[in-house]
Amino acid sequence: MNHWIIVPVVLPAIMGAFTLLVLRTTLDLARVFSTAATLALLAVSVMLLHDATVNGPEVYFLGDWPAPFGIVLVLDRLSALMVALTAFLALAVQLYAIGTGWDRKGRHFHALWQFQLMGVCGAFLTGDAFNLFVFFEVLLIASYGLMIHGGGRDRLKAGVQYVAYNLLGSTLFLFALATIYSVTGTLNMADLAVKLPDLPEGDFALMRAAGVMLLMVFAIKGALVPLHFWLPATYAEAPGPVAALFAVMTKVGAYAVIRCYTLFFPEDLPATGLLFADLLLPAALITLFVGAFGVMGARNLGRVAAFAAITSMGTLFTAVAQFTPEATAAALYYAVHSTLAGGALFLIADLVVSRRGTGSLTEALPPLPQNGLIASFFMASAIATAGMPPLSGFLGKLLILDATRGPDMALVWGAILVSSFLVILGLSRTGSTLFWKSQATPGDLPAHPAQPLAFVATGGLLAALALWTVAAGPATAWLEETALMLHTPDAYIAANKLGGE
Amino acid sequence: MEILVASAVGLMTAVGIYLILRLRSFPVIVGLALLSYACNAFIFASGRIVTGLPPILSKTAAGYTDPLPQALVLTAIVISFGMTAVIVMMALGAFLESGDDRIDLAEDDK
Repeated sequence: MNHWIIVPVVLPAIMGAFTLLVLRTTLDLARVFSTAATLALLAVSVMLLHDATVNGPEVYFLGDWPAPFGIVLVLDRLSALMVALTAFLALAVQLYAIGTGWDRKGRHFHALWQFQLMGVCGAFLTGDAFNLFVFFEVLLIASYGLMIHGGGRDRLKAGVQYVAYNLLGSTLFLFALATIYSVTGTLNMADLAVKLPDLPEGDFALMRAAGVMLLMVFAIKGALVPLHFWLPATYAEAPGPVAALFAVMTKVGAYAVIRCYTLFFPEDLPATGLLFADLLLPAALITLFVGAFGVMGARNLGRVAAFAAITSMGTLFTAVAQFTPEATAAALYYAVHSTLAGGALFLIADLVVSRRGTGSLTEALPPLPQNGLIASFFMASAIATAGMPPLSGFLGKLLILDATRGPDMALVWGAILVSSFLVILGLSRTGSTLFWKSQATPGDLPAHPAQPLAFVATGGLLAALALWTVAAGPATAWLEETALMLHTPDAYIAANKLGGE
Repeated sequence: MEILVASAVGLMTAVGIYLILRLRSFPVIVGLALLSYACNAFIFASGRIVTGLPPILSKTAAGYTDPLPQALVLTAIVISFGMTAVIVMMALGAFLESGDDRIDLAEDDK
């Protein structure tokens, strides 16, 4: 058994507790240890990524209990990719938080950060549906703390909404899991994949209800219309670095949909058939437009970034809803891109707001300190977010368009292209208000320290986007194989050793 | 007994959803608590409802009740209890900061 698989869960857990208990009064030490832990997480996740590529799916039996009786963690290409992505984003954003001093604005930032990473990595790695719920709760409870980090009236109010919405989601998750368990008697994902095709016809209705409830839970996480209402206020009010880390949290929803609905609710399952694709596609297309109109209409920079995140989730779910290997590969390429681009956009929004004192776009203020550099960062991240050449957003959308040829082609292509155009318009308007109108406005904003580490971290995310663009050839080849393995999960199921051995 | 459990779950869910749609945070939190009670009862029922049968191995037992939902419901209770505590603290913080416990955001922040 490869014990490295559990490290992405255990390492942040230990480091979070250690930071909380031992380093709670010394911020400098907390910074060093927490950054070192995230760096170690990145190193381990890259090693796991290599393992998963070479060896195929590997299972870690917790307590050495055989599946499906014990809980398992499963390392396959998809989970390894998502863990590595999380670790990289977390490292860059953590450096930003240290560089800007966000981590000293409230208590226990680094401890919460590590618990957040534990929850996200656990959710990506687990092979058990109830354990997925538990890791969702771990990542949520840490995110509640991070979301209200620094305090303030509006942030707390948005935080209460966020918590209430997600508690509702958790309840729905439990209802769905209990229904699945009552019908099948198992919650191990591979075991479900084996048992669901032989479901007696009398249980079809129950299983459909459970599947749709589960889809709604993941749609809440992935901010899919009509369950997206928590996102704009949460992301706009959360501290900048926290919002940037949350860019990977919506991807947890997308990951869970890809994992569950290719593994145990595939399209050829007699009980559910095309039900989920038929629900997901219209929702994704409407999400595209809700996000695009939001980008156009927002009067506040934080909201622009939040609605841009909603559009990118719409694009991602449009590809996921095809449930074909080509579209899944395109979705994964776009998911990595949009995590990095979304993170960068939130960091840049925070750079602007901290210098301007306000995120309001209805008034022109004098040029920012370090105006040129921030403006060029914004330009790059806007190009990436809107999906214009030369960055990976363009390639991602191109792959998605290419993978959605078929009967719905006119609708899907139209929706993606028109919404991209609206996002371009919205972001251009935002950029010209912030960086061009300001040149014609007399006066000076108060001086602001340069914070080189913050710029390095933001630049690092943008550089990763450029690298993801340059490496698109090998990356898509790798992702195509990943998607093929997701849609024919025999190796995943075999790794669980359900029959004993 | 099925009717009793089913109607209790249904009633608590209905009342919970009604309360969640209220505009102030106190009824919303009570609604969430009710929903989690409904959910816990539902998880219990997912192992089929039987009376007087042991969950663990026994030589004299005529049959068994499914022990796994009991483990699941224990996890769910602990988590929902912790989450309710968190949201109570946050709602209290929001109430103290803003002077009212309305759940919606201020007009200047939309």
